[in-house]
Amino acid sequence: MTDTEAAGSAGTQLPPTEHEFTITQRTQTQLVLRRFLRHRAAMVSLVVFVLILLWAFIGPHLWHYSYQKYTPDNSQAPSWKHPFGTNASGYDAYAQVMRGTQTSLKIAILIALGSTLLGAVWGAVAGFYRGFVDSTMMRIADLVLTLPLFAIALVISSRSGGSWYWIAAVIAGLTWAYVARVVRATVLSLREKEFVEAAKALGASDARIIFRHLLPNSLGPIIVNATVLVATGILTETALSFVGFGVQPPDTSLGLLVSQAQTAVDTRPWLFYIPGAFIIAIALTINFIGDGLRDAFDPRQQRVRQ
Amino acid sequence: MLAYTVRRILVSIPVLIASTFIVFLVVVNAGDPVANFATSRQPRPSPAAIQAFARHIHANEPAVQRYWNWITGVLHGDWGPSVQPNLDIGHDLFTRFRVTLTLVAAAMLIALVLAVVFGVFSAIRQYTAADYTITFFGFLFLAMPVFWFAVLLKQAGIWFNEQTGSQFLGTIGEKSPYLEVDTTWNEFTDRIGHLALPTITLALVSFASWTRYTRASMLEVLNSDYVRLARAKGLRRRTVMVRHALRTALIPLATVTALDIAIILGGAVITETIFQWHGMGEMLVESAATVDVYRTMAWLLLSAVVVIGFNLIADLLYAVLDPRIRYD
Repeated sequence: MTDTEAAGSAGTQLPPTEHEFTITQRTQTQLVLRRFLRHRAAMVSLVVFVLILLWAFIGPHLWHYSYQKYTPDNSQAPSWKHPFGTNASGYDAYAQVMRGTQTSLKIAILIALGSTLLGAVWGAVAGFYRGFVDSTMMRIADLVLTLPLFAIALVISSRSGGSWYWIAAVIAGLTWAYVARVVRATVLSLREKEFVEAAKALGASDARIIFRHLLPNSLGPIIVNATVLVATGILTETALSFVGFGVQPPDTSLGLLVSQAQTAVDTRPWLFYIPGAFIIAIALTINFIGDGLRDAFDPRQQRVRQ
Repeated sequence: MLAYTVRRILVSIPVLIASTFIVFLVVVNAGDPVANFATSRQPRPSPAAIQAFARHIHANEPAVQRYWNWITGVLHGDWGPSVQPNLDIGHDLFTRFRVTLTLVAAAMLIALVLAVVFGVFSAIRQYTAADYTITFFGFLFLAMPVFWFAVLLKQAGIWFNEQTGSQFLGTIGEKSPYLEVDTTWNEFTDRIGHLALPTITLALVSFASWTRYTRASMLEVLNSDYVRLARAKGLRRRTVMVRHALRTALIPLATVTALDIAIILGGAVITETIFQWHGMGEMLVESAATVDVYRTMAWLLLSAVVVIGFNLIADLLYAVLDPRIRYD
């Protein structure tokens, strides 16, 4: 995105001039949106992802079993009554997978939001001020990058007692540095552009330049990174829950469901394959959406031939 | 180059100290080993015993002082007290490190070789069925949770053993507890059999991401002018691919491989948990569960040294491989 949009959003619309060729004018946002809509894999993925999202958050209200209520049927294979079967103690797996998907998605999305917010502001401030501020802030970010994510998350979240926002906070606290680096690099080049100079000449404060000009214009890489973080988030959280340091019963997550079913792969395979398939489906669709967004925001990095 | 190497190593030391200091504060505050000791032992320890325990693990001292004593102690080979009686943390750490090292090294090697082969093939045959298949599996493996795949592979291993009536593929531990015929050859095959499935598990995710990386990097090189020139002046396709394109395309891969070590260590924790190895993974899980501050710190210190060391190697490799980069 460039200065044209910044000018447009400031409300100084150019007067309509007479065009020799009749080509509809498109804003940068429209262009990005069009490119994304044409990306077939990304569009299919987006639809699937939204369906999973709706299913996980609305489904539990419509389904007649609760994820924490026993049913009289135990160890049943999938049927009309229990589409995903039941486990050894008689819990309805459909309700449990729905709840697990909901928890895992909630955590993954919070991770993406939290670390994107912190990382974007951190990177923008560092890139804007440069010099001492920049080197101090980026050394801190580099330090965070050297910490092994999974190990540290495991150690800290062992104290969490399984509350989902704490797990999300811990993981986000270890992943924001990636975003900070990307945003800093973008801001370093943006801050030399004319529209920033113009804003400065008009007397805009540093905060205004950062939040109104630099951050909105680096939205492309920020959104792409946030998408990738959802996939990282869900894989990290489910792994933590699997090892026993993430979400704790009676609540459940997709990782916890796989962990509880690992000894039943032969006897009750539906308990093992279905939650696993959901993790794969979510991570896969998110990665495709991220790829589509990257191509849409930056056509020079095209990966799929149109 | 030598001056640069020395300077880089010297810069790594304060990074290591700062990183371990932060981690130490986090770990000290992440749990209360004394409360854990007081509530989890049967019969309940007396107040005097709790006091003695707290003194033994330095629980009442200020964190900064504990850090100083710990880090200077480590330099003298004293890794601090564990909450488990009679556990020598240093000995424990290095025994387990050797076990994990075998797994990590084997997985990285396999992932790297396969990633280069498949990535290059995918790039040369861009937009063919083979390329799409490799790309699809790359995406699939990237989205596959390590623990899920590991459990599946373990089941497949058990099934394979049943079908062939052999015990070749080990699914529990890094070696058999005892061997009927105790020869070097048998010991070797036993190790390999136990190594096979965990290595595949751990190699999978890195393989997927490195294949994507090799493909992208190779495509970029193939579209560059100097490769076109090499073809135009009449060199054979094969010569151009190997001598001109591949050499350049592999440079960024060296860095990515080295930087991914932290992720691989995390994957090793999960893999070892599922295949019940007595490696560093088990150590981390155990020490987190028992709130063992010094044992956790020993783990994290070693992994920090490994990660920072690999970062250093990545930087130096880049300088060696890429003639455009010159450090003074």
